[in-house]
Amino acid sequence: MVERDPPVTTPVPTPAAFDETALVARARAGDAQAFTALMTQYERKIYRLAKHITQNDEDAEDVLQEAFLKAYEHLAGFQGNSKFYTWIVRIAVNEALMKLRKRRSDHTVPLDEPVDTGEEMVNREIAVWEDNPEQRYSREEMQGILDRAVESLKPDFRTVFMLRDIEELSTEETAEALGISVPAVKSRLLRARLALREKLTRQFKRKGEDVFANL
Amino acid sequence: MLTCKQFLQELNDYLDPNTDAALKTRLEAHVSECPNCFVIVDTTKKTLQVYKGVEPQAIPEDVKNRLLKALERKIAAREPAQT
Repeated sequence: MVERDPPVTTPVPTPAAFDETALVARARAGDAQAFTALMTQYERKIYRLAKHITQNDEDAEDVLQEAFLKAYEHLAGFQGNSKFYTWIVRIAVNEALMKLRKRRSDHTVPLDEPVDTGEEMVNREIAVWEDNPEQRYSREEMQGILDRAVESLKPDFRTVFMLRDIEELSTEETAEALGISVPAVKSRLLRARLALREKLTRQFKRKGEDVFANL
Repeated sequence: MLTCKQFLQELNDYLDPNTDAALKTRLEAHVSECPNCFVIVDTTKKTLQVYKGVEPQAIPEDVKNRLLKALERKIAAREPAQT
């Protein structure tokens, strides 16, 4: 039986064995395959984030490419104080917001609307939901309902919602990524959550049981 | 007792498992007495659950291919500088 030498290069790990720290170390040492593995791990999330912020397929693709290419280019400067994922999200958010600003300057959508912290909470839809709405809709229908609800939010709100509740950045990380204060993150998140709740309740409320609406 | 408006301003804290116990107790007292806010809490939790339950879809094949090509070009452009 022929003895074989162990493989010289470490194989790219499967998602189950994904070790971000090790891959980042290898990528920083010049292992392009390791960087590709990092990209493969996160490209879906970054693309989704970019699409939700820019609401434009072409811009989202640009953001996806620019984010990963910049990350590759500046990998040596990545200190490892935060997770690679948090870092790439921040790069992608910056790219997406730049796209959004450019698009807005081309069109008519207002940009930095002041955040209303006077908190006029509008809760018109106070109704219990039907049981397990996820089971009533196909995966695609559900995805469409959720996407449309997010896309209807003001950009400031939906960006905070995406970072905090979908990408699960901390309040502090979100504030840093967006260059806004922690109280502003909290305020925008609250408004975003309540607005989404309102929109989804219109969709998912149990028929004929708007029982609390007039209390 | 908190008003509904005051409670809603603290809704994120109510949903945050790390909120301190004293504040949580005050918020809990309001929810237990107020059917409207109880429903708002419940449907806000469900809103967050449905979003968290959705995995991102695969990116389109052509987008993925262009991303890989762009990275290959970047890597190729860097290689001479490293030798």
